This record gives sequence, structure tokens and C-alpha cells, in this order.
Amino acid sequence: MAAVSATADVVIVGAGPAGLAAADGLARAGADVRVIEREQAAGGIPRHCEHGGFGLRDLRRSLTGPDYAARCAERAAAGGAEIMLGTQVTGWSADGALILAGARGPQTLAARAVLLATGCRERPRAARAIPGSRPRGVFTTGTLQRLVAAGERPVGHRAVIVGAEHVSYSALQTLRHGGARAAVMTTELDRAQTFAAVAAAARLLLRVPLLTRTAIAAVHGRGRVEAVDLLDLGGGGTQRVACDTVILTGDWIPEREVAQLAGVTLDRGTGGPRVDGEGRTDRVGLFAAGNILHGAEPADVAALEGRSVARSIGEYLGGAGWPARSAAIEVAPPLAWIVPNALPVLRDTRFKLRSSVAARRAEVRVEQAGRVIATARARGLAPGRGGRLAADWAGDAEPGEPLTITLASAATRRARAARA
Amino acid sequence: MSGTFDVAIIGAGDVGAAIARELAAFDLSLVLIDSCDVGAGTSKANTAILHTGFDATPGTLESRLVARGHELLGAYAREVGIPLEATGAVLAAWNQAELDALPAIAAKARENGYASIAPLSSGELYDLEPRLGAGALGGLLIPGESIVCPWTAPLAWATEAASGGAALMRFTAVRNLGREESAWRLDTTAAEVRARWIVNAAGLHSDDLHTMAGYDGLAITPRRGELIVFDKLARPLLRHIVLPVPTAETKGVLVAPTVFGNVLLGPTAEDITDKSDTSCTAAGLAYLRGEGRRILPELLEHEVTATYAGLRAASGLGDYLLLADGARRYACAAGIRSTGLTAAMAIAEWLRDELARAGLPLRPRGEPLVPPRMPYIGEGAPRPFSDRSATEHGREYGQIVCFCERVTRGEIRDACAGPLPAADLDGVRRRTRALTGRCQGFYCAADVAAEIAAARGTAPAEPWWQP
Repeated sequence: MAAVSATADVVIVGAGPAGLAAADGLARAGADVRVIEREQAAGGIPRHCEHGGFGLRDLRRSLTGPDYAARCAERAAAGGAEIMLGTQVTGWSADGALILAGARGPQTLAARAVLLATGCRERPRAARAIPGSRPRGVFTTGTLQRLVAAGERPVGHRAVIVGAEHVSYSALQTLRHGGARAAVMTTELDRAQTFAAVAAAARLLLRVPLLTRTAIAAVHGRGRVEAVDLLDLGGGGTQRVACDTVILTGDWIPEREVAQLAGVTLDRGTGGPRVDGEGRTDRVGLFAAGNILHGAEPADVAALEGRSVARSIGEYLGGAGWPARSAAIEVAPPLAWIVPNALPVLRDTRFKLRSSVAARRAEVRVEQAGRVIATARARGLAPGRGGRLAADWAGDAEPGEPLTITLASAATRRARAARA
Repeated sequence: MSGTFDVAIIGAGDVGAAIARELAAFDLSLVLIDSCDVGAGTSKANTAILHTGFDATPGTLESRLVARGHELLGAYAREVGIPLEATGAVLAAWNQAELDALPAIAAKARENGYASIAPLSSGELYDLEPRLGAGALGGLLIPGESIVCPWTAPLAWATEAASGGAALMRFTAVRNLGREESAWRLDTTAAEVRARWIVNAAGLHSDDLHTMAGYDGLAITPRRGELIVFDKLARPLLRHIVLPVPTAETKGVLVAPTVFGNVLLGPTAEDITDKSDTSCTAAGLAYLRGEGRRILPELLEHEVTATYAGLRAASGLGDYLLLADGARRYACAAGIRSTGLTAAMAIAEWLRDELARAGLPLRPRGEPLVPPRMPYIGEGAPRPFSDRSATEHGREYGQIVCFCERVTRGEIRDACAGPLPAADLDGVRRRTRALTGRCQGFYCAADVAAEIAAARGTAPAEPWWQP
């Protein structure tokens, strides 16, 4: 296993929107780029999403998921990147090369830079440790999409959707395509975490009620799901709802195995690798971008991250150094995570900030070594979707010193309602 | 099935499969019958530990056979390729009462013939397991406790029995037993079977079979044990099996590495009435999390890969029920509870001798059996995906189908062929460890189902989305 069987300028792990966008950018800039993809097709998650709306932010047009996936792969290949399908990274050799498995047997591939763009997945039932029996009919959104894309009709008759974020409403549409009716949606939060119009349409037009502050407490059934128990987190009561299908939505976890094998520091909040403002991990030459950093964002957002990290990788290949010192950016509850989550960051970095409470506008304190170096305004904080924070204070941060971000004050809907 | 078998073994779990292997060494016609696949009941859902028997009740058959079984399975595992890691165990005392109990546990171990047990000071315990929760006052080191693959063992025994000519009737339930002049008549969901002798190794259902055979006095209570499997990221947290101090009420909750590189937390112990209720409960999982947080706090920060529940066959007799009745040509191995995997080969050896005494003629077969070489599915040796020579047997041994557990198409095809072909996703899971990883089949279940269907020459008979 010692001999390096191939080399490249850049190896990108994962041929989803982020990896392909980075491959495209780097290959067009003249780099020798290999993209490693363990599945038999490039394109990532959008391949299974039949609905439209893909590509708005990066390609300035609306495509279906499969069309968007194909477009991403074509662009990368046309740019000169080599996409290696059916190939999986299984480890790192002692001299820092990737160990690959595939039909040709184990090989190693050395590169000057490696980008991890392995994406994320929804936690399956097992990972959520939902009690009860183990009948058929409990799917994640991803499984549901694959079923419906494979022509399964009907996927069920009466479904309970667990979750009320963007992806949950996407699952609602997919269920309808699959010939199943949603009986109810549930969320542990006190409101839906999607656009108000989307939530209202589901409730009013499709007549799917949303039970807030509600958790799934058990699954019942032998053979096929027969019912679920729903627990009222406020009152504590349990109701049994008959259904033959349960869709578990959201609850993302980064696909971080290759990062873990590399021994990079993982961020406690996101579960993904810790990266600075240019997508650099704490291993020299190793970058990460896309949904591995923060769970699911729209495919075109991931693609833009891929494009952006390609510039950083290009600079690194051109001789730009690796920061000698890096320090964590951490958040304090009720903030849940922030990306990037290490210094240095650039003044034009746009942080993604996740909170466990909703607030349209919030003030955060940026503290370093016990000293408040800035207060800044965060926008769009919500438990199930992305908030934003600017980094115009970055010039005041000491690059080698850990930094903490705390919520100072928040204007919530409830607070505004109370004032009104 | 035509003709009359010499012996019908009912139940192809650990115990039945090991008995079939033991008897296959003799000039006997055998049939091994199970309502499901080999090792697909109680045997597939346990703590996967090769016990030394240090904590058994001295003087019992169980004490003796667990110790002997430890020796036999340890050697057999190396011979046939059953994943086994000799991790050793530490037993941790968390309060004064538990600390005070340690000398008696050590004395009992020696009474059970296990002399390698050694006391540990609190400092020594934390040296061995630095991530243990705070407050452990001391403990014991039991170097012989090991982790083992629970799935490969019964498959290996049944494969060896089959190689000696034993007939296998899987997915066949025995509905009733009848006596004819010279043989038992087994009324099954498939063909009628006749056998001169029957061996009851029916686990949870051994009491029903015992009654059908005309005996009384055996009642099996399913004792449910829930377990949580944590992500492979948690594996570096511990080196040994971490055992609790057993109390009068409970044997307690252990934390153990698995041969697949995960960490196991469990089991609970709850007597229930339904012999098929392998549900997990909110209370059970919450209890396990509480115990895990106390024993190995960082474990709870890791992702859960799976939860499951196994049903142990408890008899209330305080020991195994092993008997061979020459008058009725009936033998029984029942009430094996949670030590079946470890003790199975010793139980088989014991029952072989009992059967001989009861009149079953045991003449060695002409050619001795050759132990099979099982596909290796642990973490302790190379597997096809990482083995340069594997693809010499075909490109499919390089193509990973199950990304999480790195199982190749070649291994899945092998699991669907041979003397014990997998018939469903669970069968492939136990033969290859495909579908057992982080994604729980999200990526590979469709592909695996298609391989099963291709091997069986049918359309996918099973919804692929539910591994």
C-alpha cells in the first residue's frame, strides 16, 4: 500500500454541487483535478429531486434537480476535471495521500491540495433512536425521493411528516407525487421553519395541519407502520395517530468520515470539519466546502461555496501560505453553530449562523480573551434555517486567539407582538 | 423430505447450529430446521461478548460450559475466521458497596476456575480506561473477556454441518410433533419430516416444543434486552469491555467495543410476555443513556448508529436445561439465556455425550469434516476493499456497495450463494455487515435487494427501503 499510484494537483472528494463547482473552477484555471465519487453517477443529492428551482443563484436559471446535477457534472468535465465514479476514499496513507477503493482494487492518490465536499445526510430513524417496533414505512426525505424517482406508487396512503422546515415541505410535495396523503406535520419548535407562504399553503390549501411543540414518541406496527405516538411537549399528553408512512425530515449530519480519517478538528456545533474564512481545515492542504460544513443548504448555495473555495485553493497552489496559527470561533447558547468556525476570516466573509431561537434581527457580541471586540447585527436567525452575520469586525480580531460569539439581544416575533 | 433422518435439530440459533456441527462429525443423517434463517432470532441480537464465565454461579452446568465454550469458540474463531478481539474487560465499582463486593466477585471467579482475575485500584482503572466517568473507586481486570462477531459464529457452524451432509430446512416452522413406532413425525410448514431422534434447541419456543414432545415443567420467559450502538467515531473512547458490578436485582449495563468498530451500550433486562416483541422503549433507551453518561460520559456526545432489542430465553431454573432421554429419543438444550454464543460449542459437546449415553450411535464419519473458511467481516484483518489481491478474483471485490461498512459487490454476491444463501436484507446484513452502518441502508439497500433478487432469480420480493 506504500507506493503512490497517481498524483494530481487537487483531489476533490465528492461530486455533488460543491465539489463539481470547485472542480470546474480549478480545472478551468489549469489545475490537474480529480473528483472522487463513491456513487455510480455524479451530481449528488439533486439527482433525486424532481422539482424545479435548482440553479437560481449560480446558473441564473431554474432547472429540475436531475438537470441541474447533469449540468454541474458536464461543466466540470468540460473544464477538464476527471471524475472517478464508483471510487471511495477509505483512508490516508502515512505520507498524506488518499487511499482509494474501487473496481481496480486499492490505490493511492497524492495531491497538493484536497477538498472535502462530501455533503450531508438526514439522520435515519436509528440515529434518532425513536422507540417502538421496526416496521416498514419509516423513511427519510432522501429515501422518499429515491422511492418516488424509482416509480414507486403509492409510497403509502397516510403519512405523518416529522419536521416543518424547507425540506419537510419538499417532502410533502414528493409524497403527493408518490400518491400518498399527509395526515399531519409535526415540529418540536413553536412554528414552522420555512417561508410563511409555504407553511400557509400546506395548512390551508393542502389541509395538512401542523402540530407545533410536538415530538414523535414511538412507532407502532408489525410489517408496516400502523400508527405513531405524538407527544405534546407543552402539555405532556400523548396521542396516537394512525398512519402507514412516517417521513423523517431534516436533522442533518455532515458526511464527515473522510475528515475524521484525516484527523482534522471537528466543530462541536456543526459536527463538520472546522474551517477558517477560506475553507482551510487545520491540516495543511486540506480544504472543506459545502454541506459537510453545516448541513443542508440549497444546492446552489453549496455550489457557490465550491466556487469560492476554488479561489482559495488556487491561491494555495500558487504559493500562498497556510496560516501558522488558527483559533476556534465558538458560539454560546442559544446560538447553535457558526461557519466558518475558525480564524482567520476575511472582512468580506459572510458567516452562516444558526440559532435555536428565532429572531429577525439580533445583536451579537464578539469576544476575544475576555474583551468585547465588536458588537454586530445578525439577521434571519431561526432554528431550522440559515441566519447571517457579517465579518466587518474581522480586522480587529487577533488571529491566534479563540473567539466567542454571544447573543446580546434579539427582536423575536413574540417580542414584537408584545410591543404591538 | 423422504426417508427418516437419524436426528432432527429444531432451532438453528447458536445452540442448534453448534449441535448440528458437533453431530455432523458422526455417521448420522441430520436435518437442521428453523422457522427463520440460521442465527436470526435471539442469536443475532446480544452483547457479542465471549464470556469467561468468571461471574457464573459456581457449580452450575452453565459455569462449566461457559468456561469450556470460551476455550472452544476462541480456537474455532481463529480457525474459521470469526472476528474476535481479545480486548479484556474491566469491572468498575462506582460506590463503596460495589467496591466492597469486589473481593467476593474475585473469589467466585476463582471458584469458577478463572484465576486470571486481578484487582485494580482506582488509579490503575483510570490508567486502563482514562475516559471513564468520574468516581470509580476501583475494579477488577478480567483479561479473558473478548468481543466476537455474533453473526458469523452460527453461520460457520451450520455451514460446517452442511458440508458434512446435514440437510437445512430454513424458513420452516415445526407446527406439531407426533410419535410413530420408530420415529418422530414433524409436522412443518413445508414437508413432513421423520426423525428417529429430535433435539430441541428452539430457544424462546423450546417450552412449546418440550410440551409437544410430551414433557412438562419448562416455561420460557422472554427477557428483553435493549441496546444502543454508537458511531465508529466513539470507538477510541475505550479499549476494554467495561462491566458493572452485578447486584441482586440486575446484571447491569455494560459498554463494549464491537468487532465492527462501534461501541455498544446495554442491555436492559425486562421480562415480557410476547415472544416476538423486539421493540425498543423510551424508558429503556433513557435508562441506557443515563447509565452511559455515568460510565463513559463522552459516549453520549456521539451519534447513535442503531438501537435494537434481543429476547433472551430465560427459564427460571437457575441453570441450563440439558437432557437426553433415550426412552423417547428426545434431547433438549433450553434456558440458555444470554450465554448461548459463548457456551454453544460446549453445550454441543456435552449433549453429544449425553446422547451417546442415551443410545444414539456415534460412529465417526469416514472423512473428517473440514472447518469452513468464513468471509471475514471484522476490523482486525484486511477485507476485500483494502486487499490488493481481492480484485484478482474479480472487479466486484473492489466495488464498494455499502459505503458505510465498505462491503463489496463480490462479498454480497457470495452471501447470496453457497450452502446458506441469504434470502433477504437481514440475511445479507448478518453475513456481510452491509446495511449496518451510519446510513442504515440509505445508499445501498436498493442495490443489495437487487443482488438478492438476481441470485434468487426473482423480482425484488421485499421493499428495499426497509433494511
